[in-house]
Amino acid sequence: METEWLYGLAGGLMIGCAAALFLLVNGRIMGASGLLGGLVDGSGRRNGVERLSFLAGLVLVPAVFVLASGGSETHLTGNLGLVIIAGLAVGLGTRLANGCTSGHGVCGISRLSYRGVAATGLYLLAGAITVGVVRHLLGVS
Amino acid sequence: MRPVFAFLAGGLFGVGLWVSGMTDTRKVLGWLDVFGDWDPTLAFVLGGAILPMTLAWSASSRRAPVLGGAFPARPEAELDRGLIAGSVLFGFGWGLVGLCPGPAMASLSFGGIGGLVFLMAMIGGMLGAPPVRRALDTAVPVA
Repeated sequence: METEWLYGLAGGLMIGCAAALFLLVNGRIMGASGLLGGLVDGSGRRNGVERLSFLAGLVLVPAVFVLASGGSETHLTGNLGLVIIAGLAVGLGTRLANGCTSGHGVCGISRLSYRGVAATGLYLLAGAITVGVVRHLLGVS
Repeated sequence: MRPVFAFLAGGLFGVGLWVSGMTDTRKVLGWLDVFGDWDPTLAFVLGGAILPMTLAWSASSRRAPVLGGAFPARPEAELDRGLIAGSVLFGFGWGLVGLCPGPAMASLSFGGIGGLVFLMAMIGGMLGAPPVRRALDTAVPVA
């Protein structure tokens, strides 16, 4: 358990290097919701192949590593109603806000973008309040 | 070459999300649980990710991307309704089950039926965004 922060730091550095690679080589912001959302609503059709390639790597490469390591778990709740509400909120919210944890959080904060810092502060606050209400007021864990 | 490097970046991003614990909803919810038994691990993830990206932004000044084109322009320092309402809505969904867009895709191979349902609902929410954005933009100003 004491080594978990090391995995966090190592994984975080990999995420940052991926974002740096995508910026310096392809000239693009590595934002998961934007790359997917542009394909979903058609606004990103112009560079669709680049988007699809990124998403293919995002899905397939971890699949290989997880398989080789003997599997992994997301520990996602089994309450599918909750999962659907959360999915709808995350999809709609990230598109309205033009970014999520990767775009606003990683790429925005590192550039000291006012919008990125504000968005990150807001979704962290909303997330913390949601967990607080669900876990400690409603008693669901 | 663009698709090749896009695939590599996506793959490294996905493995990083898995290694860091971002695909484990228990860890994510533990990080958001500031009123309970707070798990600080994700601060290391965010810090670790911001470090190389800060260097990349400074390296991008007065240069062009390796494969051509131009770097994305700095957005105007302006908050609109979409950014505020959208970020709050996103945070609510993230706090409800512990998945955000990147990890939802990176964990597709091992996330089971629940992970697939989340991704489908997320795509549904994304499809609904353009009309909601138009409504927010044309709504009567509050102030």
